[in-house]
Amino acid sequence: MRIASLARTAAGLFAGLAAAFAAPGAQAQEPIRIGAFLAVTGPAAFLGDPEQKTLELYIEKLNAAGGVLGRKLALVSYDTAGDAEKARTFAKRLIEQDKVDVIVGGTTTGETMAVVPMVEQAEIPFISLAGAVVIVEPVKKWVFKTPHTDRMACEKIFADMTSRGARRIALISGSGGFDKSMRAQCLAAAKGRGIEIVADESYGPGDKDMTVQLTKIKNTAGVQAVLNAGFGEGPAIVTRNYRQLGIAAPLYQSHGVASKEYIKLSGAAAEGVRLPAAALLIAESLPDSDPQKKVVLAYKREYESRFNSEVSTFGGHAYDGLMLAVEAMKKAGTTEKTKVRDALQSIRGWMGTAGVFNLSPTDHMGLDLSAFRMLEVRKGAWTEVK
Amino acid sequence: MLALAAALALLPLVFANNYHYEVAILVGLNAIIAVGLNLLIGYAGQISLGHAGFFGVGAYGSAILSARYGWPQLAALAASTALTAALAYAVGRPILRLKGHYLAMATLGLGVIVSIVIATEDRLTGGPDGMGVPPLAAFGAALSGERAWYALVAALLVLSVWLALNLIESPHGRALRALHGSEVAAEAIGIDSARHKVLAFVLSAVFASVAGSLTAHYSGFITPSRVTFLHSIELVTMVVFGGMASTFGAVVGAALLTGLPQLLTVLKEYEMVVFGAVLMATMIFFPKGLVPSLAAAARRFAR
Repeated sequence: MRIASLARTAAGLFAGLAAAFAAPGAQAQEPIRIGAFLAVTGPAAFLGDPEQKTLELYIEKLNAAGGVLGRKLALVSYDTAGDAEKARTFAKRLIEQDKVDVIVGGTTTGETMAVVPMVEQAEIPFISLAGAVVIVEPVKKWVFKTPHTDRMACEKIFADMTSRGARRIALISGSGGFDKSMRAQCLAAAKGRGIEIVADESYGPGDKDMTVQLTKIKNTAGVQAVLNAGFGEGPAIVTRNYRQLGIAAPLYQSHGVASKEYIKLSGAAAEGVRLPAAALLIAESLPDSDPQKKVVLAYKREYESRFNSEVSTFGGHAYDGLMLAVEAMKKAGTTEKTKVRDALQSIRGWMGTAGVFNLSPTDHMGLDLSAFRMLEVRKGAWTEVK
Repeated sequence: MLALAAALALLPLVFANNYHYEVAILVGLNAIIAVGLNLLIGYAGQISLGHAGFFGVGAYGSAILSARYGWPQLAALAASTALTAALAYAVGRPILRLKGHYLAMATLGLGVIVSIVIATEDRLTGGPDGMGVPPLAAFGAALSGERAWYALVAALLVLSVWLALNLIESPHGRALRALHGSEVAAEAIGIDSARHKVLAFVLSAVFASVAGSLTAHYSGFITPSRVTFLHSIELVTMVVFGGMASTFGAVVGAALLTGLPQLLTVLKEYEMVVFGAVLMATMIFFPKGLVPSLAAAARRFAR
């Protein structure tokens, strides 16, 4: 019995290998090929894994509903493990060998930026799932992205701080790519908004105690609010230390920790912490009048019932990327690359999990600050601040 | 030697598209590093777990000098190679007195330091998100296109193999092999062990640095993910897998370790499992590495 199943597995593997070597055969109804390169394993797996699952799930669903333009969709996906060099090689493979019609992928900013020159040269629509502003600023002809940028997060946080009368603030950030990029964007965004950054502390990856940095902030005169840019375990430690030191100023976190995991890790210390996040996080508690409710709730239910794990905004970015590509193909009525690109940048008022997308030739992300909701932790759950 | 050159010249006949060229170029660049590293590991018998660091100095040296300071690319390449050589010499003098685990630890530390500096000095290096690198250009013409790059990398690979083979047959190479056998015995017959070890170390670092510079220019973008400890391990694995003390083994090792993951992507989740199994099976059935074990088998068969 066991041997038989082993043999079957082996046969399957060989068939797979054979298929890999065979060139894509010419058929009357070729599927539309969606290429993806994602960090499904490695340090960025918590981003890449839900993205991969989302793409698989929705391509299956689209195919069950008859496909797009009367053609089926086929997903060609590679795991980069977060390595920019691998991302480049896989992107070349998608373009040259797999001859995909559109690329949705690039989990991290490094992976995305590494393939941008190639995509521009090959002239293929590419929708990135990474955060940094540099991806779409300056605008690149063929490169789009779906997640909010870190600059938007800073602006949203600063607006909320200002409305609470806080203008002298302290910054504490980690040393990862996300943390550093957000710190730089916040420093830039503070200028011209009347926000003064009076302290700027940092901690290393894997640090288990941030009391030293936070004590410095506590002893800085006149700090009215504190912003922590980071994701993973660091922000949870900052939150716990923050309460232990009894700092009275309100604490803000970034969209990088917008998940239940953060509340679990910080425990009661998270109470009262505010952060900007997409509506997906509070899908159920959105009022029925909210135009985003239908989309985010449907995605959340679909994902959670299929994979039996909590939905994250990162998977939502992949949903938005795939659906925008499909929308553009429908709009263009073809998969011809120039026409799809033109259709992509003419999409207006399209509702995704991240917010309303208003793309244009000068804006290849298309989200504005309304895409972010300011959330506060109340009784161990996210609540929208009105 | 001639067979390698012929194989490299004939390979493009089976390349169907630019992706195949891409993989071949990456194999070639890795092979150059492996050939250099093999001089140190295979012949001198010294371990280095920090060669990704030298790769990084070369790559980022070229990137920073040409992108941030506007140096001509070839000058940037030469300067970063010189910097790597100086660094390897300065560090090699004291640490090559260490043996076994201690040497491994010291080289590991070196690699980690380089990778931390690159990830934190974001004003120069762009930090964890990486930085763009201008294409390789000389005498007013930019090298672009996979075909041109393939020709360059293939030529450099042949050159490195030729250099390595010559070195091994030189008095220096014999001294290295004597060191590998027994350091005490080698010193007893008058071999300056420190000098020879440092020379092998510097040479292998230079190979890694040049390949690093070229990789940066070829990719047009470089991130710290290539400068990590894991990449150092990958490089050592190429040498051990192909066969220590075999220059062609290093080339074969680099080709398999770079190419195999590309082939195995069709297995999806099983990719890493199968890849690991292939590595294990190779080391069990070819304990001396692929090329030396197969060569020995071929000799037995011929007899």
